[in-house]
Amino acid sequence: MATKPGGEEGKWVGKALPRKEENRLLRGRGRFADDIKLRDMVYLRFVRSPYAHARIISVDTSAAEALPGVICTLTGKEIVPQTQPFIEIGPDSKVRDYPFAVSKVRYQGEPVAAVVAESASIADDAAELVQVEYEALDPVLDAEQALQDKSILHEEAGTNKIWNGVFEYGEVEKAFQDAASVVRIDRLHFHRFSSTPLENNVVIGEWNLKDDHIYYSCNNSFPSFAIQFLSAHLNVHIDRIRVQTSDIGGSFGIKITNYPQMAVVALASKKAGGRPVKWVETRSEHMTSSAHGNERTFRDTRVALDKNGVITAIASRHIDDCGAYPRYEPLGCVIWSQVFPGVYRFKNARIDFTQTVTNKCPVGPNRGYSRMQHLWFLERVMDICAHQLGIPADEMRMRNYIRPEEFPYTTPNGCVYDSGNYPKMLEVAKQLIGWEEWKKKQAEARKQGRLMGMGIGTTLDSGTNNFGQSQIVNPGAPFSGNSQGANCKLDIYGEVVVAVGSCPQGQGHETTAAQVVADVLNISPDLITVRTGFDTERNVHTGFSGTYASQFAVSGLSAVHGAAQKLKAEMRRLAAFVLETGEDDIEFGMGAQGPELRAKKTGKSINYWGLANIVNVNSAVLPAEMYDITLNCRYIWRAPFKVPDKQRKYGNLTLTYASQLHIAVVEVDRETFIPAILDYVAVDDCGTVINPAIVEGQVYGATAHGIGAALLENCAYDAVGNMLTSTFSDYTPITSLNMPKIKYGHIQTPSPHSYSGAKGMGEGGAAPIHTISAALQDALFSNGIIIEDSFNNADSLFRALAEKEICQAEKLVKVERRAS
Amino acid sequence: MTKTIENIPIKLNVNGKTYVRNIEPRMLLVEFLREELDLTGTHVGCDTTYCGACTVLMNGAAVKSCTMFAVQADGAEILTVEGLEKDGQLHPIQKAFGDAYGLQCGYCTPGLLISTYELLLHNKQPSDQEMRKAIAGNTCRCTGYQNIFKAIQLAAQNRTGT
Repeated sequence: MATKPGGEEGKWVGKALPRKEENRLLRGRGRFADDIKLRDMVYLRFVRSPYAHARIISVDTSAAEALPGVICTLTGKEIVPQTQPFIEIGPDSKVRDYPFAVSKVRYQGEPVAAVVAESASIADDAAELVQVEYEALDPVLDAEQALQDKSILHEEAGTNKIWNGVFEYGEVEKAFQDAASVVRIDRLHFHRFSSTPLENNVVIGEWNLKDDHIYYSCNNSFPSFAIQFLSAHLNVHIDRIRVQTSDIGGSFGIKITNYPQMAVVALASKKAGGRPVKWVETRSEHMTSSAHGNERTFRDTRVALDKNGVITAIASRHIDDCGAYPRYEPLGCVIWSQVFPGVYRFKNARIDFTQTVTNKCPVGPNRGYSRMQHLWFLERVMDICAHQLGIPADEMRMRNYIRPEEFPYTTPNGCVYDSGNYPKMLEVAKQLIGWEEWKKKQAEARKQGRLMGMGIGTTLDSGTNNFGQSQIVNPGAPFSGNSQGANCKLDIYGEVVVAVGSCPQGQGHETTAAQVVADVLNISPDLITVRTGFDTERNVHTGFSGTYASQFAVSGLSAVHGAAQKLKAEMRRLAAFVLETGEDDIEFGMGAQGPELRAKKTGKSINYWGLANIVNVNSAVLPAEMYDITLNCRYIWRAPFKVPDKQRKYGNLTLTYASQLHIAVVEVDRETFIPAILDYVAVDDCGTVINPAIVEGQVYGATAHGIGAALLENCAYDAVGNMLTSTFSDYTPITSLNMPKIKYGHIQTPSPHSYSGAKGMGEGGAAPIHTISAALQDALFSNGIIIEDSFNNADSLFRALAEKEICQAEKLVKVERRAS
Repeated sequence: MTKTIENIPIKLNVNGKTYVRNIEPRMLLVEFLREELDLTGTHVGCDTTYCGACTVLMNGAAVKSCTMFAVQADGAEILTVEGLEKDGQLHPIQKAFGDAYGLQCGYCTPGLLISTYELLLHNKQPSDQEMRKAIAGNTCRCTGYQNIFKAIQLAAQNRTGT
């Protein structure tokens, strides 16, 4: 362990403590949303559009309503008078977003109506009886075509463009004038995929007509964001919306955007007389209409380099495709700039960023959200320049990395990278994989005509974001900073109980929170209960509470630590009074009757029950000056951010920057074109580690998502907007058969920006996508191939190799060498 | 579709207990376990036999309960995740998954435990490839499988399987 947080003994933080969650999950006793059954519960099924773009002529629900067991139906036309369109985050947005299509459908799978019935199977039957007449319209599937506005999705907006802005820093044109060489890359494309949590979306909602409250049990992963949207949409006071989550079967960000379905469930419950309504999404619904990750196209990239291969400037045009509705967007139009220069030192850059709607599933934050697309772009730039200029990939990076002694490092757009050591990570990774050995094997393989390549991907996992960046996309947005809440108390019998505003989905928050509190109170984590899931009525949430964006180790545990410190101070004060000694004389530890506080001088002690007893049920013994002691301590942690400069698009956008460096060795089979991973290493740096086993698990998980995305997982659409990968059998999530063995390494550069030195982690920055693109290009560059897409499977590699006669690489990339 | 189809009586043994029910013929085995018997440890992830969150042991073989009608299990002996522990003590496979951090969100875990159970019934010391094949029908989105491989090896080392 590098450092111990907060000056405490650090007995538990830093240990690979077994997870507290395991006991119930291993026994099949987890409580997932679909496991919940309520009295009088009814079931909801959506009727969805088969078209990607069409006008709705009529919706006839009469046959469905006539089916025995059907309670009611609900349509778009019906909900418009009862609701407001969802809040739009973008500036002056004219998009009107309802949870149902009202006059037209804009993607295949968009909900058009819903039926509610006594059983799930009757609801299934009834949904098939709803007759919808459509008039098909021209679908727009490609972002660049969408920007031509020939077919407009949201007529009221008048354009498909959602946002545009130029991010320019330094002296870009001067850098190009002074360049020793300029590399031009016509087009790069980051594909659409989703991390597809194994548990689909589930919402149980009850609009209780007696108290006019809405009660949700669901698996939304950012409930405090959802209630802000739902309150405004449903015209219901925010305090009357209770959201509870319990165990969640993965989210990876995708479940942030299930609030439209939450709205429908509440409205259906109201129409059903207040009966609780349950909606369980099918996998096909999830694939077609939940949320996908952002697709991005990079056009007209120019890269200026000096005579040593050091990049001095980048200019490029980025077009982001957010699907049919912006929803969480256009936040992605700025979130990528948290990692504006990636891990590199260049100071001059101009990125012209545009976002557009298309007739595809709306996007939502997906593990590595918006930053991974940009980091992939930068890694592509790095490798393409390296190959074109004949510089080895590792050497290219060493010349361009931000140097260890430069931290804290301020990026051209004002972000402050807290700590890091990229050259060290490269060294560790090369050692783990046996870089030199593989180089020799690769040279041998090439002699035999085999297509073997080695690639490096260096990436960032920026965590705890400054919501002030929303003002860069919308100067009127009422958001800035970041915060998280926690509560730590001694219950009436002296039990230590912790509640946090996060809603974990496998990240082990119950365990790590207990580790932090155990160190503060000097007791075993086994004696600490951490509440499972999220509940608005615990009153520990802020407007930013939830689990997303690699931040729990910083925002969540800082809040837990603050609450535990507050509790400790109260316990100390109370114990000093009872034991008739000074506060300095009090020590925390274990006694014969469990955890206790001792007076060092006299040896007298009081256990937790004794303290809790006085405050809760024996308060007459307490002097009035101690009435402020509650042993029930709420603490709100706030990140020390400022509002960014909106004009210059300048400011610190994230608190911590974890980093990942991966190396892959791949081989493309000459006969089948199937790319195989021969060796793989992942090196991680997330500062001080709270629980090394949990961190390692997160690294493996993020690596699997990245490898899956690079080689197997692609949200494919045909020319008219039919989704071609709407089942797992078509989408093929990575399995045990195609997941390689991962060699894992780590370094620790403690963050100066968090109390413990920890950095948020978990998203992983999509390192495998960068790494595999790099390795494939290394395998195929001598055949004239430039890897221009983030998704590469046997089919696309076959096509690329088949096209080599028409010199695809020369067409795509141009190098201008100048006399120096 | 709107016609009422008569329910069918079935009798089966789940986790050592016999159940007799009259059920809709279209009811899936997983629905039967979850909705009729309230054994919610068995999950649904993909509806199409890919992910294996619904895996249960039927007459000694791991099957995907989302792709079977409950009536097809008439007379069968079924083991679900809830039946693994004995007298409150974790089964050695469950313990191995915990010790090796072989789970994160825990949604796929019940299916993986059952697939591992089946593997170790027939193969006391599975090779890496045998292990990978045995759980190829169990998708995990959290762990990247690395710690699941370790858990299965650990369970095998602990000479489990019954």
